[in-house]
Amino acid sequence: MFRNQYDTDVTTWSPTGRLFQVEYAMEAVKQGSAAIGLRSRSHVVLASVNKAQSELSSHQRKIFKVDDHIGVAIAGLTADGRVLSRYMRSESINHSFTYESPLPVGRLVVRLADKAQVCTQRSWKRPYGVGLLVGGLDESGAHLYYNCPSGNYFEYQAFAIGSRSQAAKTYLERRFKSFNESSREDLIKDAILAIRETLQGETLKSSLCTVSVLGVDEPFHFLDQESIQKVIDTFEKVPEEEEDGGEAEAEAAAAPAEQGGAGDQDVAPMEM
Amino acid sequence: MTKQHANWSPYDNNGGTCVAIAGSDYCVIAADTRMSTGYSILSRDYSKIHNCKADKAVLSSSGFQADVKALQKVLKSRHLVYQHQHNKQMSCPAMAQLLSNTLYFKRFFPYYAFNVLGGLDEEGKGCVFTYDAVGSYEKVGYSAQGSGSTLIMPFLDNQLKSPSPLLLPAQDAITPLSEPEAVDLVKTVFASATERDIYTGDKLEIMILKADGIRTEVMELRKTLSECWQHTLSIVLIRISTLGSLCYLELCLKFSCVVNRFSFSYL
Repeated sequence: MFRNQYDTDVTTWSPTGRLFQVEYAMEAVKQGSAAIGLRSRSHVVLASVNKAQSELSSHQRKIFKVDDHIGVAIAGLTADGRVLSRYMRSESINHSFTYESPLPVGRLVVRLADKAQVCTQRSWKRPYGVGLLVGGLDESGAHLYYNCPSGNYFEYQAFAIGSRSQAAKTYLERRFKSFNESSREDLIKDAILAIRETLQGETLKSSLCTVSVLGVDEPFHFLDQESIQKVIDTFEKVPEEEEDGGEAEAEAAAAPAEQGGAGDQDVAPMEM
Repeated sequence: MTKQHANWSPYDNNGGTCVAIAGSDYCVIAADTRMSTGYSILSRDYSKIHNCKADKAVLSSSGFQADVKALQKVLKSRHLVYQHQHNKQMSCPAMAQLLSNTLYFKRFFPYYAFNVLGGLDEEGKGCVFTYDAVGSYEKVGYSAQGSGSTLIMPFLDNQLKSPSPLLLPAQDAITPLSEPEAVDLVKTVFASATERDIYTGDKLEIMILKADGIRTEVMELRKTLSECWQHTLSIVLIRISTLGSLCYLELCLKFSCVVNRFSFSYL
């Protein structure tokens, strides 16, 4: 889309019935690095690509725990994402306090969507520039939702957002029908493979991605680097063997030794 | 006609007693399980202990249990917020300060809760914090709160020899007792308090916190006001009824003989 005279205010409609500011906000989501979510009947996996501003800095945290049973992955303006995560955490805690039971995921995404909609109808505000993949487990099962800056939300079996997410989406489209019955391990493997698609050529290392899992009897938590590297090793060897086998295997063996201590210490110590 | 005064109170006292003792590497928190109102018992199995899940901090509160429940919920939510912000659990001293602030927040409509917070501090040593209803708190080596506290506290003072906080250099308030000795002391102290305090009894719930985890013990306490006397009285009554009226006469005679002997000696 090109610049036009109807895109200055979020409260200005175009003659064709579009709110350009809202659409531009959705473009911001595509600027962020990739985030992927998949769900089975009993588990939800959220994964993201660790992108650092420069070689000198640490990477930004893109996946947040909202509660034991809800996690969120963001893409776009991370500052907006951080603020919305804090809102979700507060909603979850208040619900637990009042009703002594975990907040159903569907209710949370509606509140998030309503909050986003407010920003599309006030002249003194701007839309949130972040897309949220909300994954959670409640009485009605496992769910994965995508919340747009526009205030819309959709439920997905699997989805990818951010830059080069189309490659991941293509991969997921091929496989999504089997996800419902997938085991936890297969789901994690598929998430990491989807991440690999977004890297488009770069070798996949456990330091490049963050993976989180939640499920029945399993509160939300991040997988440590060793576990991720183990999963990577199960499929990374296959393409390597076609090249110079021994060399590649040595590389893969050296990689876990390097990343052993990295983990969460790489992430900037933000408030969340 | 005298003026009618308001007779509704937002508070009620559900009774009960809470005790905590700090050791060099453990902490014992105990409370009875009786919940009462006035002279009636509401429950014989109500727990006054709340595990804050904050890196070994356990809160035990007596007083008005509705306020206690509300206080526990507030602390739980505040702890979750802390975990989100700091990416770690609250330490026991941090929880102690939070509890104090939470109580003072309601300075002009207090939580009717008499709290004892027990746990392990950052060095792994036992610590006990004792509170009043509006949040004034102090780190101590041991404490008792609730209806039986006046019976228990002097005994703990005697046994645990806590040095005066006015002494210099400042001495540790931690007891040198071992963990089994401390648990035994707690059981003894509750058994005695149950004898004379009507609001304490039924069961005793003990939580022992150590670096490797939390252990819970439950001990039975006296359930009624006069369990012992009822027992002996029932035996005497049975004896009398089985032996029949002859024995009763015999008894009377024997008694009168004794009386006679006595009166003879006086004469």
